[in-house]
Amino acid sequence: MTNASFRGTSDYIASPDLQAAVNVAVSLERPLLVRGEPGTGKTLLAEAVAESLGMRLITWPVKSTTRAQDGLYVYDTVQRLYDSQFGEGDPADVAKYIRLGQLGESFAAPERVVLVIDEVDKADLEFPNDLLWELDRMSFHIPETGETVAAKQRPVVIITSNAEKELPDAFLRRCVFHYIAFPDPAQMEQIVRVHHPEVEEKLLRQAMEGFYLLRELDGLQKRPSTSELVDWVQALAVGGIDPDTIVDELPFMGVVLKKQADLDIARRHMAIRARRAAMQQERG
Amino acid sequence: MFEGLFTALRDEGVPVALDEWLMLHEGLERDLHQSTLSGFYLMSRAVLVKDEAHYDSFDIAFARYFSGIEPAGEAMDDKVWTWLHANPRFLHISEDQRRRLDEMRDQLELDELLEKLKEKLESQEEEHHGGSEHIGTGGTSPFGHSGYHPGGIRIGGQGRWRSAIQTAGERQYRDLRTDHEIGSRDFGVALRRLRQLSTRLDGPATELDVDDTIRQTADHAGQLRLSFRRPRRNTVRVLLMLDIGGSMDDHIMLLDRLFTAMHQASHFRDLQVRFFHNCVYDRVYLHPDMNPRTSESTDHLLAQVDSDYKLVMVGDACMAPTELLAPGGAIDYQHMNEIPGAEWLQSLEDHFRHAAWLNPHPKRWWDTIHGAYTLGIVRQIFPMFELSVDGLDQAVRHLMVRR
Repeated sequence: MTNASFRGTSDYIASPDLQAAVNVAVSLERPLLVRGEPGTGKTLLAEAVAESLGMRLITWPVKSTTRAQDGLYVYDTVQRLYDSQFGEGDPADVAKYIRLGQLGESFAAPERVVLVIDEVDKADLEFPNDLLWELDRMSFHIPETGETVAAKQRPVVIITSNAEKELPDAFLRRCVFHYIAFPDPAQMEQIVRVHHPEVEEKLLRQAMEGFYLLRELDGLQKRPSTSELVDWVQALAVGGIDPDTIVDELPFMGVVLKKQADLDIARRHMAIRARRAAMQQERG
Repeated sequence: MFEGLFTALRDEGVPVALDEWLMLHEGLERDLHQSTLSGFYLMSRAVLVKDEAHYDSFDIAFARYFSGIEPAGEAMDDKVWTWLHANPRFLHISEDQRRRLDEMRDQLELDELLEKLKEKLESQEEEHHGGSEHIGTGGTSPFGHSGYHPGGIRIGGQGRWRSAIQTAGERQYRDLRTDHEIGSRDFGVALRRLRQLSTRLDGPATELDVDDTIRQTADHAGQLRLSFRRPRRNTVRVLLMLDIGGSMDDHIMLLDRLFTAMHQASHFRDLQVRFFHNCVYDRVYLHPDMNPRTSESTDHLLAQVDSDYKLVMVGDACMAPTELLAPGGAIDYQHMNEIPGAEWLQSLEDHFRHAAWLNPHPKRWWDTIHGAYTLGIVRQIFPMFELSVDGLDQAVRHLMVRR
């Protein structure tokens, strides 16, 4: 067990809730399941934890075709068959055709490492269930070689998910859970400053206002997230936009909203706003 | 310990299991909450709650459990402070001390008070064994006697203990409850359960079939023959029928999200969509504009679509009784139906092995809403679920049951 505790890093800002969740998971040696909207920095969290605890990071990106077995080990049958056919290599030595997957690698590592199982919800429904035993016991058996791979040091396991709902209960019960809420303006400002320390005060404030305005629009298919704001601030700064026009004109809106339907909603909203402003001017 | 919290959580519908409860106590033993209530709040939430939809319920239960015992110093003995048993004297604040504390609180904002206590504690960290005097100025003299941890934490704990309840009291996670907000993504997740895997479908054979490869290779006297098979695929096919127009306009956003989710759910083998207005009669529409030119006869649809399609009907089922029960009752004047709508609905339900009706009205309104009469009749024909994440979840379960 490590005594070091996680406090975020210089370029990753972690809320107290998140710090507590990470530290509880690290101490109790349970997997940490992190959930949150896309773009709230779930994957970056693992990097920050690894950096701050001084551990090596092993990433296991999950795809729709990923099976639990892939993370443990892969037995390269075809290679072995070919070798036996053509008399190359040493097909008698099964171990040569066993390659450890990311989970296997993290068990076999001599030091304690951070393993991130990224976007677990992309895989098949059975995927998390298939990993239950291995994550619980931190060991697995390779029947081909009769060998058992057991964790020398239980790795810090971080699992990220966009939609945790369908994860099986038995799996959830073993995890420590944290939901990364969307950052509030104060946190958001901090985050943007980490990325753009040089940014002009006024530009940032106006960009934030415009961003939250766009984000709160009703009916968006994809609500913009932190990374969109960071890019937008960059675009606005590079484009030399006058900060006073940002909220009214929302330049480079395509950086923030990625879907045509969402852009249409925003344009309609702007048109309504312009009309109201004009009416007020007439009256005033 | 804290059994009251356990019960309170279960009462609020947070599914806490024994494993998690034990995990929490493991954490307490190791002092992961650092002997503060706010630490305890964060730790117990991380360990006990596995769905942000339950954060709000957790906050309610936590606030109820802890605020219920806030004023009674004696009562804390069993509940809150047993895990701080290193200094039971803490619990017996004398009237005098309490009054001084209260005076302090009147003078200072809560935040300032906390700051001040913290400061005092930090400044006298070294002498906390006997240093009751110094803290005493804050009216909390008995705190300093603990040799177990810097007493500061405990006082910090007491102060922060309030702040944890305040956080809980703010109910900042209200929006995340599943019975409130529904996005197409949530629907999508519920729909993912709608699947049945099989290898019998067409498609490229991409998986190596080791057994067969060995058999084939042996058959060919050791000459390697690779054999591949098709991966397993979802066999579920869905017919989605949507009521649009009229009373359904109120639910357009909800329908839009469901519709988006259905289309994004690429795992269905086939998805057919048809539209109707209030009730299904002899024709159904291919497009939401409900142009008779792009309609097809319901009989034709039934002949075309196998009975193993899962039928998902979406509508509020609220209409005039004649629309459902009388020939010629269709809401569109030019449309003369000879068979009453209810019979059409019945034949749909008879045709499909699995069917469910999703109603955008919340379930608690079903018995009293305007149109409850026809809703009741439709409900006898189709199993009805409310169009929420939970309702869709139940509907999907129902659709997957073998019959």
